[in-house]
Amino acid sequence: MPERSLPSSPPSIGPHLLSLSGMTKEKITSILDAAETFLDVGHQTVKKVPVLRGKTLVNLFYESSTRTRSSFEIAAKRLSADVINVTPSQSSVTKGESLSDTVRTIEALGADGIVIRHASSGAAAFVAERVNCHVVNGGDGCHEHPTQALLDLFTIRKKKGRIDGLSVAIVGDILHSRVARSNILALSAMGARIRLVAPPTLLPRGIEGWPVTIHHRLDRGIEGCDVVMALRLQLERASGGYIPSLSEYASLYGLSARVLERHAPEAVVLHPGPVNRGVEISGEEGFLNEVAILDQVEFGVSVRMAVLYLLMGGRPEEAALLSMPARGEGS
Amino acid sequence: MKEASGGNLLVRNVHLFDPSEGISKEGESLLVLEGRVASPGSSVPAGTPEIDGRGGLLCPGFVDLHAHFREPGFEYKETVASGSRAAAAGGFTSVCVMANTNPVNDNAAITRAILDRAREVGLVRVFPIGAVTRGLEGAELSEMGALSEAGCIAFSDDGRPVSTALMLRRALEYSRLFGKPVIDHCEDMPLSNRGVMNEGTVSAELGLAGIPNASEEVSIARDLAVLELAGGHLHVAHLSTAGGVRLVREARRRHLRVTTETCPHYFSLTDEAVRCHGTHAKMNPPLRREEDRLAVIAGIRDGTIDAIATDHAPHAPHEKEQEFDRAPFGIIGLETAFSLSLELVRDGHITLSELMTLLSARPAEIFGLPHGSLHPGGLADLVLLDLEGEWEAGRPGYRSKSRNSPFTGRTMKGRVAATIVGGRVVFEESRP
Repeated sequence: MPERSLPSSPPSIGPHLLSLSGMTKEKITSILDAAETFLDVGHQTVKKVPVLRGKTLVNLFYESSTRTRSSFEIAAKRLSADVINVTPSQSSVTKGESLSDTVRTIEALGADGIVIRHASSGAAAFVAERVNCHVVNGGDGCHEHPTQALLDLFTIRKKKGRIDGLSVAIVGDILHSRVARSNILALSAMGARIRLVAPPTLLPRGIEGWPVTIHHRLDRGIEGCDVVMALRLQLERASGGYIPSLSEYASLYGLSARVLERHAPEAVVLHPGPVNRGVEISGEEGFLNEVAILDQVEFGVSVRMAVLYLLMGGRPEEAALLSMPARGEGS
Repeated sequence: MKEASGGNLLVRNVHLFDPSEGISKEGESLLVLEGRVASPGSSVPAGTPEIDGRGGLLCPGFVDLHAHFREPGFEYKETVASGSRAAAAGGFTSVCVMANTNPVNDNAAITRAILDRAREVGLVRVFPIGAVTRGLEGAELSEMGALSEAGCIAFSDDGRPVSTALMLRRALEYSRLFGKPVIDHCEDMPLSNRGVMNEGTVSAELGLAGIPNASEEVSIARDLAVLELAGGHLHVAHLSTAGGVRLVREARRRHLRVTTETCPHYFSLTDEAVRCHGTHAKMNPPLRREEDRLAVIAGIRDGTIDAIATDHAPHAPHEKEQEFDRAPFGIIGLETAFSLSLELVRDGHITLSELMTLLSARPAEIFGLPHGSLHPGGLADLVLLDLEGEWEAGRPGYRSKSRNSPFTGRTMKGRVAATIVGGRVVFEESRP
């Protein structure tokens, strides 16, 4: 695959964002710093900057997603890019077109970037090998979801002022979670201490080398943590035999105000959404408001703006200009 | 191949090497008359074709116990003709072909059709393997008697395991009538749980569903217990795990009639190969850990593993060029098997004699197949090897119709210079 010549000062994050594997602290920090700059754009009356004007981003979503797709769409539009959403039910995918042919077609239509969400692990890298435009992994199977992890890190940094040295507990279905894999890579690069809290059935085999400690009990796993990240439990895990029932899962691993008060009173609670109320997080009145979910959603737009900008946009040194509203754009 | 009137051939300037006959003589010529090795001192009939062996090693041809020629039904992946060309180029003179064609080789008509095609193609000897159960569906035994009569040399539902312990019991018991082995693809399917690669550090990182070693081991343990009950001859296909090797080794000590094979990829690669070769490193059983790779080599060394087979499994580019979890399992292997196996000799794990036995005499013996021999009167199914010749796998192309191999581009040392079936040259490497 031909490498694109992109501005390389300060650290280039590469032509694609497929995985956070090998991503350095410096690169992650540069993305988070850029996101900080973009946060202001969302607070302006004209929520637009012209940095991706004339560029086309295609959201290619093979799995249903409201929040990630909308977040990328809003992020791209705030950067003045044109956005096309391609979803399988509305395209020739249902006629049996292969992923390979689909993405080549999208590129031929003039896409500058593709955000792909796909049920198969490795799908984003598969696409990147076949096109010359930028590819962003919007979640591939059980592999990775890099922008979710970056927005989680951004949220943590906003709430705690730092990431280095924090204790972060990731609770739930680690086995099937792309959010967990990306977070483990990014958090460890940033110097956080990571605990995985899950029943043995929901932990992958072969993780002895991961920079994590393993806990099976929720109370011990989150004891004294700075951040507790609950993962979404796919409801079919019970029928798949990974857990006996959702209610048993909720009683063993569900986060409640009471359990947090007792074991991790200082913790910020994150969840990638959408929440199964009463399963990962108790449905009690008021408690959900304490969870940083809505902050995560807002920050997600800024983080995705930063990622799209750094991949597809101009030069990072232009970042200073970013808070200026676009002229002649919007109403 | 014209078995009735085998060819005459004079192979000059070769090192005759047939460990099962205790033959190793340099600077010799070998005369073949009517497809058989001539007695010393026989005169060379006028017009006998000759080839110059250039000092290469002339050995009995290789025998592959496990290949997929895809015909009938999947001719876009491979045919008897293209598979035979690939086999000949890889030094194989006999190939056993699996039953998972479409229609399935579960009746004598299909068996005869495959044999007819092989005869028309006339390159290597093709031995069909019949299905254990009708349609490979695991519900009713196929007509093993009719299959055997038509020319099947073994029975297998390969691609999937024999469905239940009871079905395996019946198959092993019934196959005793014909003295032919039942080959099992040993895998506990529910335990594999739609896994797509070995379960371990690589699958954990890539987020791909894993197939644990226990999936193979549970199935082998079941099969061995049933074998003890039922009698017959069980052949365990494509052994890939340390635990599997241990179970078979222990069963052999108890004199159970179990034989087994492994494939070059299981002693050449580990699951790390998935990272760089993608779906070309996807097969079932999957590439395992380094411990397993070493255990397979140990099994080869101590004789637990009888044969090196290819599990040659062609798939078209559009099938392999898919998302990892959607692509079919399997890689081609006929054209790379010898060179990869020779690395075992180079690395000092086995001797060249032992390698020849694993590729020829022993697989033929356990399945009761004819095989080449350099002894006077022996079948002139031979391979001429250039042990030092270097080549790049898959360049410029494969003879197989498919090219799904993780070894493409690998520099190999040791190549097949010519292949002779019944005294006829069916492959000769192009020389400058």
